[in-house]
Amino acid sequence: MVNLLQPFINMLWDIAPIALVLFGFQTLILKQRMPNLKKMIVGFILVWIGLTFFIIGLEKALFPLGKLMAVQLTSPTFVGNNISWENYYWIYIFAFAIGFSTTIAEPSLLAVAIKANQVSGGSIKTWSLRITVAIGVAIGISIGSYRIIIGTPIHYFIITGYVVVLIQTYFAPKNIIALAYDSGGVTTSTVTVPIVATLGLGLASTIEGRNPMIDGFGLIAFASLFPIMSVLAYAQITYFLNRRKKDAL
Amino acid sequence: MKIIFKIFIHNLLNSAKDLAPIVLVIGFFQLVVLQQNIPNFTDIVIGAGFVLFGLTLFVYGLNLGLFPIGEALALAFIKEGSIIWLLIFSFALGFGTTIAEPALIVVANEAANVTQLNGLIKKVELQSYAQMLRYTIAISVGLSVLIGVLRIIKGWSLMHLIISGYLLVIITTAFAPEYIIGIAYDSGGVTTSTITVPLITALGVGLASSIRGRNPMTDGFGMIAIASLLPIIAVMIFGMLW
Repeated sequence: MVNLLQPFINMLWDIAPIALVLFGFQTLILKQRMPNLKKMIVGFILVWIGLTFFIIGLEKALFPLGKLMAVQLTSPTFVGNNISWENYYWIYIFAFAIGFSTTIAEPSLLAVAIKANQVSGGSIKTWSLRITVAIGVAIGISIGSYRIIIGTPIHYFIITGYVVVLIQTYFAPKNIIALAYDSGGVTTSTVTVPIVATLGLGLASTIEGRNPMIDGFGLIAFASLFPIMSVLAYAQITYFLNRRKKDAL
Repeated sequence: MKIIFKIFIHNLLNSAKDLAPIVLVIGFFQLVVLQQNIPNFTDIVIGAGFVLFGLTLFVYGLNLGLFPIGEALALAFIKEGSIIWLLIFSFALGFGTTIAEPALIVVANEAANVTQLNGLIKKVELQSYAQMLRYTIAISVGLSVLIGVLRIIKGWSLMHLIISGYLLVIITTAFAPEYIIGIAYDSGGVTTSTITVPLITALGVGLASSIRGRNPMTDGFGMIAIASLLPIIAVMIFGMLW
């Protein structure tokens, strides 16, 4: 019974700060009564129960699955005994597929895409932007897996990425920049992060010579950086094409 | 009662949509590419059910309680006009939402586990290491929101902030212990998720539309970009100090 209750008690500590912030500022600083107090309390209780179940479920289902995929896709019976990086092509394909499909389905990305469509006056299409970001995430996670397999330190990749982003920013149309930078942060959702994180840890612990501590993390960093590049590139190309069309007229 | 049931089913379908791509991709790989058995299959099915049910309640509760009051409060503090209180609120909002962020809870626990397996922390320190990591990240997200709000008020350029952020990341990387770098770089993407993004976007866009000469589209966004950079630096500093 205690074991059943413990996760709920732990979670209470996690949602207490935000509850305190909202209730505290409302009643003590603004000196206003809570509007719809009953609805708020019900909402918080639902968040509490929901989060607890979600975390337990993650540990029972998504974590083992992510690790299992990493173990099975790298096992000698599947890859063969010749272990050079190109023999792990199924890993790259799997990473690409997971990155692309979860991003396309991501609701917060849809919201950002609709806003981007408005800012650009319709020249950026909602669907093209979603596909652009999804390709960015997919390539990011694939390259991230490649890095774990070859074992190069992560910061070489990320810092190179920063330089590319800065160069792109210099040439990109001004009004897209903030959106492009944000698109990196919104793509990695609550369901995607755990599966991607365990894929990385699983890879680093099954491939010989890799340490999960040093090599296992970083896939999410790749997944947040590459969409910035792909969105900036996409904006640059649409801008260029539109200008050529205008010049032709 | 009937309406509540309908909303619940609607939310359940939405969570299923979130989970579907993962199930489809893994299912395809298991059946077509790998053709191996899945061990503990029933456990995984039950766990997936928990994820589905939990996510549904969580999102429903957010929309019912947390988001409306969060947005109303953000607007109230903008109208109030006291910059000090607005900044304090911004920090508290960033901090509070990040502590509750489920993806961060999960990644911080994994980070603590791996660190312990490497013998860098003791088993008894496991819980407190994960906690400290999360508090570090939450404080840095709070600071990011505060900086983001100041930026909108003062009209600073996002570009300059981001470039200085990148430079700081590069400089800190040179001094950080090797084992923390991967975790630090990941923490940037992990923090800005389900709870944090809608609330700080609401604050940013609300603020930008209330100040004359600011464009909500270009000034309101960008908060998330800062909040994905600062945690990277903070976690590396945490790694140096621990």
